[in-house]
Amino acid sequence: MPRRERRTVTDSEAVGPYTLLRVDRGGLEPGLPGQFFMLEAPGRLLPRPMSLCLAPPDELAFLIDPIGPGTESLCSLRAGDALHVFGPLGNGFRLDVDRPLLVGGGIGMAPLPYLSDRLGHPRVALGFRSEWHAEAAALVPNAEVAIDPTLVTELIEPGFEVLACGPEPMLDAVRALCPGAQLAWEAPMACGYGACYGCAVEIGGAWKRLCVDGPVLAAAA
Amino acid sequence: MLLNASGCLDALTAPETARQLDAFVTKTVTPLPRGGNAPIRIAETEVGMLNSIGLANPGREAFLAETLPRLREFGLPVWVSVGGFSAHDYAETCARLEDVTIELNLSCPNVDEAPESAAEIVAACRAATALPLYAKLSPASWDVGAVARAVEAAGADGLSLVNTLRGMKLGPGLGPVLGTATGGLSGPALKPVALAAVHACFRASSLPIVGMGGVATGRDALELLAVGARAVALGTVLFSDPSAPARIRDELAAELAALGLSSADEACGLAHQEALPKRKHLDLGSRV
Repeated sequence: MPRRERRTVTDSEAVGPYTLLRVDRGGLEPGLPGQFFMLEAPGRLLPRPMSLCLAPPDELAFLIDPIGPGTESLCSLRAGDALHVFGPLGNGFRLDVDRPLLVGGGIGMAPLPYLSDRLGHPRVALGFRSEWHAEAAALVPNAEVAIDPTLVTELIEPGFEVLACGPEPMLDAVRALCPGAQLAWEAPMACGYGACYGCAVEIGGAWKRLCVDGPVLAAAA
Repeated sequence: MLLNASGCLDALTAPETARQLDAFVTKTVTPLPRGGNAPIRIAETEVGMLNSIGLANPGREAFLAETLPRLREFGLPVWVSVGGFSAHDYAETCARLEDVTIELNLSCPNVDEAPESAAEIVAACRAATALPLYAKLSPASWDVGAVARAVEAAGADGLSLVNTLRGMKLGPGLGPVLGTATGGLSGPALKPVALAAVHACFRASSLPIVGMGGVATGRDALELLAVGARAVALGTVLFSDPSAPARIRDELAAELAALGLSSADEACGLAHQEALPKRKHLDLGSRV
């Protein structure tokens, strides 16, 4: 069940250009890989949606790319700072897969370390735009890395069930290669719980709110 | 009395939040289904947020057959926000409703407006239904009090003040962030605008007012009551805090108690008194 609690930052660590933010877990459940939490961004009006990156005992960890004022304020948090955390929200990945291959692009790799833990550390293919960004690959075991201009889709071999998260062009390419893939999408959202309709996307002629219908959707949907 | 602002809560996906309210206001219902506007639909600014949802809704028939019966299961009074692109659209939906309060969305900044004036739409709806009719007005009118008088004369039973204001945000490359370029501005920036509009309409008409715009605390709610609101609706604050209604209700109770007031009704219109001897008296009395 999602809960909203005021939690304390236990650690903040640079991982390439990203920040791995750890908070104490309190009464929050980690949920399924691919589910997300709304993190209060200090000084900002709206919280920011972040998928869970790691779920060590007593902690929740989020990988954050500082791309704007909200994510920058989250990355500037230090141990001892407090913030409201609301979740887990949305629908995560289905874990009943036989030969999983995890595919991530850039900050889209954020949910894959926790997903890898839950699936027993299967093969992972990650794409990054630079060596610096690729430092985040160390967060997940068994990762093969493609660095721009090589595309992560070049690392996908047939015969695997793909679980992917990344930028929209990457997800479109994965969908074309693997019609059975599970894809985690992203859209700006204000609330994370179905109230604002900000994250609605049109899929197969129907409008879906990514926060309550996703963010993980079947590629064929 | 606390409500949600239309389009800021889905009681079916967030029943725990809806149950904290005294009445639930639906997302605007239009005659035909609408997917809404192209992404991006949401942008945060330094002073509030912009939305360009575009009245996404399943349409009148699906609303009446599927959504409304499920909303009634909550046991909360239901307010149905009615929208359209002509007075006929609005009136036709009003005629199909029973046992609800109707809020006419006369002021969505994200879709084309009906050609008729607010008063003409209210008159058409008045002829179509005996249900309570609240007119939701835009604060962008220079003389919102005059609009309030006109909709009162046309048969409105109350006012909802205010809808969002049209605004815009540019990205780093100087292009508009929102898919539709402009959207409705809500949040803290809207509060002074809402206070002024409620203040003006309280003086211009005798209709009861639901005040809304940037309410995030009990103090904000108290201020809307003081300028003339009878009830307060919560919008943007729900996005960051699904427990906001319960918190704001508690904070408002504490604010009222600190003033020696026993109910929200006693706070209604306080800002209109030239001097406040009555309040001082009550304040002193509460300390005895």
